[in-house]
Amino acid sequence: MSERHGPLGLSEEQADLLQAASKYCEDKSSVEAVRNLLEDETGHDPATFSEMAELGWLGIAIPESYGGAGLGIAEVVPVVEQMGRRLMAGPFIPTTLAAQLLLVAGTEEQKAAVLPQLAGGAPATLMLAEPDSDLDAPTPQASATRKEGLLSLTGTKCLVVDAHIAQWAIVSVNLDGSPALILLDRQALEACSSRREIVVDETRRAFRLELQGVSVPETALLDPALTPAGLTRVALAGALFSAAEMCGGGQSCIDYTVSYLNSRKQFGRPIGSYQALKHTTVNAHVQLEQARSHLYAAAHTFETGEEGEVAVRMAKAAAGPALAFAADRSIQFHGGYGFTYACDAQLYRRRAIWGEAQFGDAVYQRRKLASLIL
Amino acid sequence: MASSPSKPELSEFRAEASAWFSENIPAQPDFMMPLTFMEVGTDEQFDFLVSWQRKVYEAGYLGAAWPEEYGGRGLHQAFQDVATDVMRRQSSPIMLNTIGLNWAGPLILDMGTEEERRRYIPGILSAEDIWCQGFSEPENGSDLGNAQTKAVREGDEWVINGTKTWTTHGSYAKYMILLARSIPDTARKYAGLSFFLAPMRIPGVETQPIRKLTGEYGFTETYFTDARIPADSLMGEEGQGWAVAMRTLEYERSARGGQAGGLSIVAPDHSEVVELARRAKRGGRAAIEDPILRDKLVEFMIEAQGIALTNRRASIGPLVQDRPMSIPLSGKLMATEFTRRINEFAITLLGQAGAYAVGEPEAIDGGISQRAYLNAFSATIGGGTSQIQANIVAEHVLGLPKH
Repeated sequence: MSERHGPLGLSEEQADLLQAASKYCEDKSSVEAVRNLLEDETGHDPATFSEMAELGWLGIAIPESYGGAGLGIAEVVPVVEQMGRRLMAGPFIPTTLAAQLLLVAGTEEQKAAVLPQLAGGAPATLMLAEPDSDLDAPTPQASATRKEGLLSLTGTKCLVVDAHIAQWAIVSVNLDGSPALILLDRQALEACSSRREIVVDETRRAFRLELQGVSVPETALLDPALTPAGLTRVALAGALFSAAEMCGGGQSCIDYTVSYLNSRKQFGRPIGSYQALKHTTVNAHVQLEQARSHLYAAAHTFETGEEGEVAVRMAKAAAGPALAFAADRSIQFHGGYGFTYACDAQLYRRRAIWGEAQFGDAVYQRRKLASLIL
Repeated sequence: MASSPSKPELSEFRAEASAWFSENIPAQPDFMMPLTFMEVGTDEQFDFLVSWQRKVYEAGYLGAAWPEEYGGRGLHQAFQDVATDVMRRQSSPIMLNTIGLNWAGPLILDMGTEEERRRYIPGILSAEDIWCQGFSEPENGSDLGNAQTKAVREGDEWVINGTKTWTTHGSYAKYMILLARSIPDTARKYAGLSFFLAPMRIPGVETQPIRKLTGEYGFTETYFTDARIPADSLMGEEGQGWAVAMRTLEYERSARGGQAGGLSIVAPDHSEVVELARRAKRGGRAAIEDPILRDKLVEFMIEAQGIALTNRRASIGPLVQDRPMSIPLSGKLMATEFTRRINEFAITLLGQAGAYAVGEPEAIDGGISQRAYLNAFSATIGGGTSQIQANIVAEHVLGLPKH
């Protein structure tokens, strides 16, 4: 990995991955393909996901000793950005985040057993959110109790993405008054009663799971001493990936809007010649340009401690509102057609609502930033 | 082009420049200094800034990347960027001759003849020859291509008639970059324009100072009445004026590099606004403790950082490949509108003291926020209004239709 200098830079590996992912996602995830998957129960194309694993993308930030490429979070960002650009579905983000959590907080046995599987394309997910969860008070309501070498779980987890296909999951619980993380395999996941939640971004699959009745051996517990560090890393990497997806989405949302403004005519002129539409689209574009600069700065400085945290929170705070504005105006500028399900502008607007709700919205990020930078 | 400098070379240059500026930056004079090169309105300001520019140039920190044969140092651009950055960090007074240094100068180096380069560039650097710009007219601002000032060829001279406005340094300048119509009634209005490097201190040129919304001066309206300029004042070919003027605007808007460098605007840095928020009191407590202002402040910090990072990203090829002209063409729009809004916000931080202005002893920081806000419009209007910039981005970056 190249040495990191200054607030913004791009490694050779990032540039290569950007180019490869840009082409791959465009090929695999046309808007027709995206729409075909909206009503599909699985919600993604497993063959594509396997192919991404074969390309090595699931293991980008996993060390070589565990079957990965030994690069960093920075190198994952261009892939996520390009997936976001094509609204590409699949468990790439939760699997990557689960791997990072395991990498930081897992025991040696867990890492050796599970990380190579994740790098190889076994889907995984995180079970952190709860009906009343507070990002700043990470002690969960869900709990685990020890009994004869087993951990018995109880409580409710929500917005668990891709729980229907995950081979592995990491669940946060309250154990003896402290936050603890527990690794669940497919069998344990199936022991939960679950219900698919209806979510605004229809490219996603999210579930509510009741932990009651699940019990796992104590060896499933991640290292308690490393748990806070693991949760912090996931909070920041999650925010970064979410920003990446939204920046990518913003680029194609602008392209989509511009194409309509050029082709649709009213009063004998293309509507894109009217400044009310033109200037607003420029504002959206400029906002997205800044968001993308923040994104790659955050990727570049991710491992640098507080500087990285500031950059990630700025990136997330910039990306959400930027995509939301671009997509909101895209709906409006498509006029009557914009109000229909057939118009793609709604796909981007839904993605922005989803993205804002993930890992802290812009208001939350700005509140965190206030104490970091003021 | 000079070879790319190594990190140690640049650090050494930075150390030398820092030492020189900290020894040589003049003490604050007892008169008010202009915030930008556009509001030099008194002779004492003018004299002070001319001698400062000359001193900086002679020390080698201006035009360092311009060719040696015209008075530069022939160094790599990175050295001048370091020198300019040092000026900013040490709050150097501004470089007076900005129109020469950053607009006309690079234009002449780029499109001028060998004779023009030798004749004009050295005086631009030394501040011996102050330059002004004659583009806008009272009736043609944003619609620059409609300029009506006339140039008529008579023997070895061009006879100029018409009125230019917003002439920064109009009463001080020795030369003007002048856009005038030499071919009447062309089918396309742009085709009749020609570009001149026109002398100003000749009969038939008169200037009238314009008082700005801040109460200060710095611009003139400039009247040409049968003013006769030599035939060789024409730059490029007759009828090519529009293309030359557009190239000039690329330099003016920093969409193209090659400027002599140097500080031309004292912009309150966003970190100074944070510092102001700590000092300014609203309702008995520091403004920074107000949760709503705090959130706004963070928003401004995110945007300031976003603009700075975007400028850096412009040089990272793979991150600009989809729309390569996006960042250069939107830079002015982004930066000038941000400056206007953050200065407006700075006044809000002041609470009731926001009502004071320059000259009032109770005004916080001498009323700089109020002055900077009112002054910020010079950049959102001058050099092509923000609305014109938005059209440019829409049409040339996004590919939206003109009509």
